[in-house]
Amino acid sequence: MVQFLNQEGRASKDIPKISSDVIKRMYELMVLARTFDDIALKLQREGRILTYASLLGQEAAQIGSALAFSKSDWLVPYYRDNGVFITAGYPLDLLYLYWTGDVRGMKIPHDINILPISVPVGSQIPHATGISWAHALQGKKLATGVYFGDGATSKGDFHVGLNFAGVLNTPCIFICENNQWAISVPRSRQTKSETIAQKAQAYGIEGVLVDGNDVIAVYSTVMQAIEKAKKGGGPTLIECYTYRMESHTTADEWKRYRSGKEVDEWKAKDPIKRLEKYMETLDLWDNAYAEKVIESAQTQVNEAVKKFESYPPPQPHEMFEHIYEKRPPELEEQWTSAFGR
Amino acid sequence: MAKLNLIQTLNQTLQQQLAKDKNIILLGEDVGKDGGVFRVTDGLWKEFGNNRVIDTPLSEIGIIATSVGLAIAGMKPIAEVQFDGFSMPMLDQLYHHAARMRKRSQGKYHVPLVLRVPHGGGIRGLEHHSESLETFFAHIPGLKVVTPSTPYNAKGLLIAAINDPDPVIFLEPKRVYRAIKQEVPEKEYTIPLGKTEVIQSGNDVTVISWGAMQKVVRSAIKQLQNKYSIDILDILTLSPLDKQPIFESVKKTGRCVVVQEAPKTCGYGAELAAIIGEDVLLSLKAPVTRVTGYDIPVPLPKLENYYIPNEEKIINAIESVMSF
Repeated sequence: MVQFLNQEGRASKDIPKISSDVIKRMYELMVLARTFDDIALKLQREGRILTYASLLGQEAAQIGSALAFSKSDWLVPYYRDNGVFITAGYPLDLLYLYWTGDVRGMKIPHDINILPISVPVGSQIPHATGISWAHALQGKKLATGVYFGDGATSKGDFHVGLNFAGVLNTPCIFICENNQWAISVPRSRQTKSETIAQKAQAYGIEGVLVDGNDVIAVYSTVMQAIEKAKKGGGPTLIECYTYRMESHTTADEWKRYRSGKEVDEWKAKDPIKRLEKYMETLDLWDNAYAEKVIESAQTQVNEAVKKFESYPPPQPHEMFEHIYEKRPPELEEQWTSAFGR
Repeated sequence: MAKLNLIQTLNQTLQQQLAKDKNIILLGEDVGKDGGVFRVTDGLWKEFGNNRVIDTPLSEIGIIATSVGLAIAGMKPIAEVQFDGFSMPMLDQLYHHAARMRKRSQGKYHVPLVLRVPHGGGIRGLEHHSESLETFFAHIPGLKVVTPSTPYNAKGLLIAAINDPDPVIFLEPKRVYRAIKQEVPEKEYTIPLGKTEVIQSGNDVTVISWGAMQKVVRSAIKQLQNKYSIDILDILTLSPLDKQPIFESVKKTGRCVVVQEAPKTCGYGAELAAIIGEDVLLSLKAPVTRVTGYDIPVPLPKLENYYIPNEEKIINAIESVMSF
């Protein structure tokens, strides 16, 4: 397993050189994502958003990977990837709006190359293969990163996505956030393979197992895969070994199927604390800096909450929009009969 | 007699059937220790163990395709898909294999599986959690499609579905799961598949629906009970359809309103309008009128209530056929 920061935040000798600005950026985004998540869970309990899928524990896997891509690359997230959206610069208020059950939250800003949340598990994987294939055909030097959990590796879509990408040598980075649980089903019930990364071998592509709670390891592994892909070296499967600290969603209750002891063990592997300790050794982190980062995250999140709650409710007729480029007569008729014009 | 909601009824029924027949197994995602995302299988893994109540790897195709094989080899798989939207990849296996194995093998093999599908909207679910896909299933020759509407009929229909020698899609109305409590006998009983039930007899207009829409229809019609005399039909099995009660009712009333949650075009209501036109056209005093969802994906929760047929839309449709 690729690891540069151990559980205590001690760096290995071969830790790659990453600029201080990037390390600080990682930290600030991870704190922002965690703050966003914490407030989302509170908003859900208060009935201000609907069912929500928490990212708690997966900050390093999401932010470390997404930060390795450049602005013009493409990202194809799964539904737990609020941290990927945030890293891509997605407006926080729109993310919250989406989780209120409002499709306007997925109105993607024109300068962000990210696909909307895909709910059916793993179904987005071959889309990323297709996108990266298109870029190869068009001669564009772009990489595509696609995200999914350990459960998704049981689906045909996973096989299809990796197999096509292998055969066609597309610049696609497959990022599995192995968080050990698909709702109540443990990783051991998804596959008899020892690791998910080893499945790459069957497709003839490179597979890397990385400590998903070590943001330096995630970032540098994904960065190498992107560089390789852009040089025509083909796809890579990266398994980020991490943990879902919360329930599957707020509609789920993890105490029904896993032990508190297991959860506590993973708490000790917290990705943010680990980075803090490393940054301290580089003189990039102290309490004053941390307070500033937390305060900034809270301000951004509070503003986003204010903003999403000030949106007027969607107009009923909006459900007839974006079905086709041009609405067919039958739909026009249904709109008129429903709401008049 | 115990008053049970739909979840408790299904749970009790599955428990009794598992205890009775060792060839019955439950399989799906999170049906084991977790008891299913709606808790329909709660406690069954603990009672019957890993070989009878099985958490499968996460693949809807895997669940249904292995169920075909299990069924061919003499097991009685009761498969669960978590939400209707996620059943779409299963159509390939249902259409090509579950529904055709009997034909293809000239009667040597058959596929007596049951697929339980939480069905329809109204629970403020995320995308793909609120679809009404009955038409897709009902269009497949060789499948049976059952749409219970209450705890009582769900028990009788589920046992009939389990006993049936052919593949059965069992569409459970999610918004009814915890919404109705009803006296449900503990002992086993069946309600035969392929029967339309007359819920209420009247002379002015026939209102036909199934699944979750039954509850909405009944509440709408309460508001008209002093005004019109209304026949209410509950199509407990969409395929094969029991047509006679529909024809008899429309011959009597001459007016018909069909209520479906699914999009309008090519929905099951279109089939009902067509057979009424074919068989009892001359009895009609007004066109068969459909109250349906729109030809759009089910909106996310913020707009869902504008999409799903409600009492007002049903009353308006009844008024329109009455004043035609």
